Amino acid sequence: MGGFNKVVSNYDEALEGLTDNMTVMVGGFGLCGIPEGLIGKMKTMGIHGLTCISNNAGVDGFGLGLLLEDKQIKKMIASYVGENALFEKQLLSGELEVELTPQGTLAEKMRAGGAGIPAFFTPTGYGTPIAEGKETREYNGKMYVLEESLTADFALVKAWKADTMGNLIFRKTAMNFNPMAATAGKITVVEVEEIVEPGELDPNHIHTPGIYVNRVIKGTFEKRIEQLTLTK
Amino acid sequence: MALTREQLAQRVAKELRDGYYVNLGIGIPTLVANYVPEGMDVMLQSENGLLGMGEFPTEETVDPDLINAGKQTVTAATGASYFSSADSFVMIRGGHVDLTVLGAFEVDQNGNIASWMIPGKLVKGMGGAMDLVASAQNIVVTMTHANKKGESKLLKECTLPLTGAGCIKKVVSDLAYLEIHDGKFHLVERAPGVSVEEIIAKTEGELVVPDHVPEMTF
Repeated sequence: MGGFNKVVSNYDEALEGLTDNMTVMVGGFGLCGIPEGLIGKMKTMGIHGLTCISNNAGVDGFGLGLLLEDKQIKKMIASYVGENALFEKQLLSGELEVELTPQGTLAEKMRAGGAGIPAFFTPTGYGTPIAEGKETREYNGKMYVLEESLTADFALVKAWKADTMGNLIFRKTAMNFNPMAATAGKITVVEVEEIVEPGELDPNHIHTPGIYVNRVIKGTFEKRIEQLTLTK
Repeated sequence: MALTREQLAQRVAKELRDGYYVNLGIGIPTLVANYVPEGMDVMLQSENGLLGMGEFPTEETVDPDLINAGKQTVTAATGASYFSSADSFVMIRGGHVDLTVLGAFEVDQNGNIASWMIPGKLVKGMGGAMDLVASAQNIVVTMTHANKKGESKLLKECTLPLTGAGCIKKVVSDLAYLEIHDGKFHLVERAPGVSVEEIIAKTEGELVVPDHVPEMTF
């Protein structure tokens, strides 16, 4: 079983080979389901010139927002970036490039990238600024836009549980973009709350099979809440 | 009188049907969930990956792993399911959602909608809005009929960058319920106490007004 043991014991090993100017895909929606420790490690590694693909860019001081503090991100591919003052500042000063992508198109670009499909036609964004300069085509009387898929040098994923073979289970809406990210990285690193032995996870309940996963590390998570909303 | 936010939500809620899967956008659309008629079951879809969104949690049940598309903490209703964002947009883009409710800056007589970008102001992104309007057959837009200066937001042609082209057929504004077809707005209902003249004055796009325009009921 040694050949299938994906577990690494520290963050140096987890992100070994991640260097300047690479493309990094990061799971999560807002601050929910983000690989907190791996993001923190990218900060301390001090790597720069990153292209980050993630639905959002964190908030000031947490999530991908941490990487903005030392201007480590060169380009951000995301669907919504509104929660972050530092992001705004760097965008306006031209230090940060952003490619806004509709959320469903972003999810499908990641899915297609992982599935070996280089591009796909989608109705999303036809007739809008997003479609400018892109090929369009009519199918059955409706117009579609050709969107290219996304892959990454590293995919950083947050899951709830993994077995040592890298089979993954996500929890609730912390799943979000993580399953697609897991498939689209040349090297996929997963940070989890719990690692169990092979056979302990019911094969019926595996969300992401271990074939996509290169490294697994057990993290500790703050799980910061962005909008605490309670029943009155 | 122009409708309040709550009345707008109440009027939109009349478009709900028993057994509908519904996606509610951020803002006024979210309030529609408060007016689901008694005895009717609807399942709310949240595009981050939840079908069957429940109420907000209590201090005891709050879970950082369970949020909605507005990043608010929520709960899961009985019969809920979780799935990836790719699957979520299979539901949305694939036309499986029965009713989509969202806000807008502008709508025009050809069913175009602008809701995500004001040139010169900081652009935060479209999130899921472009996907939500791309294929859905039953979309209701909630908006104020005119801006604070009294200028119409129901136009001949949208002036702002579009979210979607030719996709909007129903608008509930604070003054009226209108439908869009054949390149025109059609006035169907007016808000209680609002005159047809006021609606005509505040609609820049071509507007078809029938002889009798009933007042909305809630």
